[in-house]
Amino acid sequence: MGKKLLITGNEAVGYGAIYAGCRNYFGYPITPQNEVVEFFARELPKIGGNFVQTESELTSINMLYGAVATGVRAMTSSSSTGFSLMQECIAHMAYCSLPAVIVDVQRGGPGAGSTQTAQMDYAQVTKGGGNGDYYPLVLAPFSVQEIFELIQRAFYLADKYHHPVIVLSDAILGQMMENLELYSINFGPLPAKDWAATGQGERKYRNTVPNIWTFFNNYRDIIVNLGKKYQEITDNEVRFKTYEIEDAEMVIVAYGSSARISLETLRRLRPEGYKVGLIRPITLWPFPTKIIRETSHRVRNFLVVEDSLGQLVEDVEFAVEGRAGVHLLGSLARHLPTSSGMIFPKTVSEEVKNILCHK
Amino acid sequence: MKRKVDENVKREPFSGRIISSTIKENIDEKVEREIVYSRPECMHDLPTILCPGCQHGLIYRLIGEAIDELKIRGHCIGVGGVGCHAMGMGMLKIDAIMALHGRAPEVATGIKRSLHGKPIVFTVQGDGDLAAIGMGDMINAVNRGEKLTTIFCNNAGYGTTGGQMAPTTLLDQVTTTTPEGRQPQGFGYPIHVAELLATMTGMAFSARCALTSPAQFNQALKTVKTAFQKQIDGVGYSFVEILSACPPTFKKTPLESIKWIMSHMLEEYPLGIFKDVDKIP
Repeated sequence: MGKKLLITGNEAVGYGAIYAGCRNYFGYPITPQNEVVEFFARELPKIGGNFVQTESELTSINMLYGAVATGVRAMTSSSSTGFSLMQECIAHMAYCSLPAVIVDVQRGGPGAGSTQTAQMDYAQVTKGGGNGDYYPLVLAPFSVQEIFELIQRAFYLADKYHHPVIVLSDAILGQMMENLELYSINFGPLPAKDWAATGQGERKYRNTVPNIWTFFNNYRDIIVNLGKKYQEITDNEVRFKTYEIEDAEMVIVAYGSSARISLETLRRLRPEGYKVGLIRPITLWPFPTKIIRETSHRVRNFLVVEDSLGQLVEDVEFAVEGRAGVHLLGSLARHLPTSSGMIFPKTVSEEVKNILCHK
Repeated sequence: MKRKVDENVKREPFSGRIISSTIKENIDEKVEREIVYSRPECMHDLPTILCPGCQHGLIYRLIGEAIDELKIRGHCIGVGGVGCHAMGMGMLKIDAIMALHGRAPEVATGIKRSLHGKPIVFTVQGDGDLAAIGMGDMINAVNRGEKLTTIFCNNAGYGTTGGQMAPTTLLDQVTTTTPEGRQPQGFGYPIHVAELLATMTGMAFSARCALTSPAQFNQALKTVKTAFQKQIDGVGYSFVEILSACPPTFKKTPLESIKWIMSHMLEEYPLGIFKDVDKIP
């Protein structure tokens, strides 16, 4: 049994990174993820790591690019608007096949928006918000313990596929405190980083990032290899969790803090006899299309709960292929008109009852 | 007449320059010729893919010679910016990382910090890359007191994209985006990066050189070596601005381009060392 702590989700990001062996962090303060920056500023120097407070998110992500190109584990974090600034370099790292971990603690948008909770980054994170053909791997935790575990998995997946991995948190998850048990997870062997640019030394060949000879000789190969990698990830890395969908007449689909709210809804409605289930995608890309498609053959209705005007709902509609009704409970269902509004389990319960009674 | 190929002559591929030869002068006597000048050891045996008269090839030669003379090839990492000069990174036999437009100083910072200050890291950036899109990055890297070296190729315009105005373009200079010549109203003034950075505390060495004559070339080599030495000694940031000819965008022949640098650019951008300290407080 590992050490137990009562800490915030943002600090769990830091512990996850340190337990994964990450010793390099580059970050810029932005609400609501300042605790991540402060955690690394406090903890990394104690264990001989590198912490740099940068002058912008552009600098953070480009320092991360330089660091991971030398083969070390490194990460950065930001929140929605800052994350948008990073997109150019995330696309570049996908092109260069570099293993990087980026945490996005979502806040309200569009643009400067609000500093409080929202889930409006789904599209810019999962669809490859930068230019060109690429999809970063996206992991979506829903508790402090899961943030800690998925950060470790993110480093493993990044090194396994040499690809950027994004952990999508949000203001509620980042700021809430929960019990956390610390332990390191062993995911198994990883490919050697023989491509890393560390200074040629005694090596026979020179390493360049990106591989300039490939670029000048055959651009098509780069595209083909990226396509193969995306297929491999889609085949092997889909993760999700289902709750009571076996006998469900209706299924909620939600991730992150909305999944937490939806799970509470389930616990309230099941004793009342409502046959409702929950599918919680853990990887948002690759998206668990298959399980939703299978479920859609025997379920009449889906309810997507997400704190946006409807982004995740598009992927659900694609999976359902019109076999069942797909309803959205989005930002308009918040309890307050101000930016501190939230979707409460009570609102979700009412919506579920509403749909079940009018089927 | 059929040309006789002397098998004793070893030539460079592409350029055909003689690397070594054992020429039969008399039937019995062999004369060994000593090589007194050739490519630096750390440069690939390839032609530069730059335009005729472009001086970026010379700049990479300078860097190559400096790396050889300081014997730092094994632990040297180059960071290329975006522009014609980035093609030169392919010429050097060192590990290299290509940065996005303007972002070379922080990529270099990431490399240097993640390897705990061990490698010698330098960036090569053009005037559009460093003085326009990457000016903030450059100033902040110097301000953090990073132990890095930047070689700044100043050719008074954007070369790769076809000759648009850069912050370093001279007043009245005609470019594709200043067809009437650069006017201060609306287009601003030529920026003096070496002087600007010399005012900063984190700067250890800041200088400007030109490549208009062999003497200037030797002076530039000395300057680049000093800049690398500052990084090896861990003093602070070192910066060398090199005025470089770009005949296609100057719309001049290679020789006229060098004459134009001497008559126009040197007037705006005086050569010299603007800061040289051995210790930063």
